[in-house]
Amino acid sequence: MKNRNPSKLAIWLGLADNSFTRQKTVKFGDSSAVNSGRAWGILMIVTLFILWWLATNRGWVKPIYWPSFDAVISRASLLWTEGFRNVALWDHVALSIYRVLSGVFYGAMLGVPLGFAMGLSSTARGLFDPVVEFLRPIPPLALIPLIILWFGIDEFAKIFLLFLAALFIMTIAARAGVSGVNVSKVHAAYSLGATKFQVLRHVILPNALPEIFTGLRTSMGVCWGTVVAAELVAADKGVGSMIMIAKNFLQTDTVVIGIAIIGLIGYVIEIVMRKLEARLIPWKGKL
Amino acid sequence: MKRLVIKDVSMTFTVPGDAPIRALHEVSLELQPGEIMTILGPSGCGKTTLLNIVAGFLAPTEGEVRLEDNRITSPGEISTVASVRPKSKPHDTRIMGPGADRGMVFQKGALFEWMTVEKNVSFGPDMAKKPRAETRQAVAHLLKTVGLQDFATKPVYQLSGGMQQRVALARCLANDPDVILMDEPLGALDALTREKMQGLILKLWKETRKTIILITHSVEEALFLGERLVVMAPRPGRIEKEYRLPFADRGMEDDPRHVKTSPDFTMYREEILSMIWGMEEEIMGRAKEPA
Repeated sequence: MKNRNPSKLAIWLGLADNSFTRQKTVKFGDSSAVNSGRAWGILMIVTLFILWWLATNRGWVKPIYWPSFDAVISRASLLWTEGFRNVALWDHVALSIYRVLSGVFYGAMLGVPLGFAMGLSSTARGLFDPVVEFLRPIPPLALIPLIILWFGIDEFAKIFLLFLAALFIMTIAARAGVSGVNVSKVHAAYSLGATKFQVLRHVILPNALPEIFTGLRTSMGVCWGTVVAAELVAADKGVGSMIMIAKNFLQTDTVVIGIAIIGLIGYVIEIVMRKLEARLIPWKGKL
Repeated sequence: MKRLVIKDVSMTFTVPGDAPIRALHEVSLELQPGEIMTILGPSGCGKTTLLNIVAGFLAPTEGEVRLEDNRITSPGEISTVASVRPKSKPHDTRIMGPGADRGMVFQKGALFEWMTVEKNVSFGPDMAKKPRAETRQAVAHLLKTVGLQDFATKPVYQLSGGMQQRVALARCLANDPDVILMDEPLGALDALTREKMQGLILKLWKETRKTIILITHSVEEALFLGERLVVMAPRPGRIEKEYRLPFADRGMEDDPRHVKTSPDFTMYREEILSMIWGMEEEIMGRAKEPA
């Protein structure tokens, strides 16, 4: 019988299964038996780049629809050194990130106490539930015209839009966190002599933290999408506005680079939030 | 140490358009300081409701519960959570609701998973703002008593079910309550751990001489741990029979296996089992009848 152990590299690439999966006879339907398939992922990426290179070099697509590899590289270095429209590339990106962080911050500052009130008091729940439930399904982008009418297109208007986008997510997350507290924990705390405020501070709040953090993660994602869209509509700085303006000058390469940056930062936000979560709330989903 | 008096406690839930549900009917019990009592009964006999009334989480619709001179709960008034710590005013006759004089141990899920073992145990003293050094010493001593001295700084979610219940016991004792109420404290544990933990409960009872009420589904556990054993019956929830038993005392000196296989233990077990079986049959019979 052949029983050679595959190399670590082969397992990492997903060309071979680890020793636990190798012994499984039922693999179809067992999701833990599906390995990373990294080799295929690498193959896919390489193929896409080759296709890109071929398509532009052979003239299959015009540069105005999709830029060549070389054009993107040279444009990227130009953007890196000289910026876009007299603003450094990093400043465009930083401004967008700053807007997202402010929106999420203010959204959480109001949303968390609001959600707590709704989870803890019938009056607050009754008062705010209709408003929150009505406004929640409205995509934040649908509010842009109204916000432009109210506040114009300055910085405040953009942060206000993101604040609204984060607000309802944070409210609902905080409310869910409060409602999710096991009543045994509350009873235990009272039986240990805790006052109402101590129960709130030492039981209900920490118990709601995982939900609140999930809310933060979702708001970051939603706000990132919203900020780009808002900048497409009305802004002269920020990644969204950068690609919109580049389009007007038919700079397809800048547009593509902008899109890549947007994707990359969205991804980084998600990763950072996950790491933070594992760091700050290690008890999530346990017990 | 204080005497716990449960006097004519009834609990009736009225749902509009439906027959009232009598969860408890005129239940009276008196516990002397240092007694350990187990309560046994089929589901729906109101034993958890009774414990929640004693704990102060529920107000009965009739009757009252007193801990020496302090009224814990009585009907008509919704018990509000004591913002004044009961111990600071020993003869306060207000309705107190839950308080630090009655510790609770739940089946599971009542530990604070965001805290370490140590922090869980010191929760009561910390809330009362007791001096740090004093608390730390007391906590270390308690952790040693329950066998967790090496786990003080571990987060509770890393502990096994049995160890978590040890934390719950230590946390409750850290507050030095007059009465300890246990709602199926060992119900979620496997049989082996459960037996070990029964020994621990007896040991803690002997060392601290606390008044303890323990609810359980297990006839064997109720017999083994109860100086007094109360069997409750459902519909309406009431006390069916009370026993005075020697096994809790015996279990501390003798080998638990030996106690549990002794002829008198077996005799009690069979008697109570058939009593509870009878109740279950009756419920099933009633359920089958057309409404």
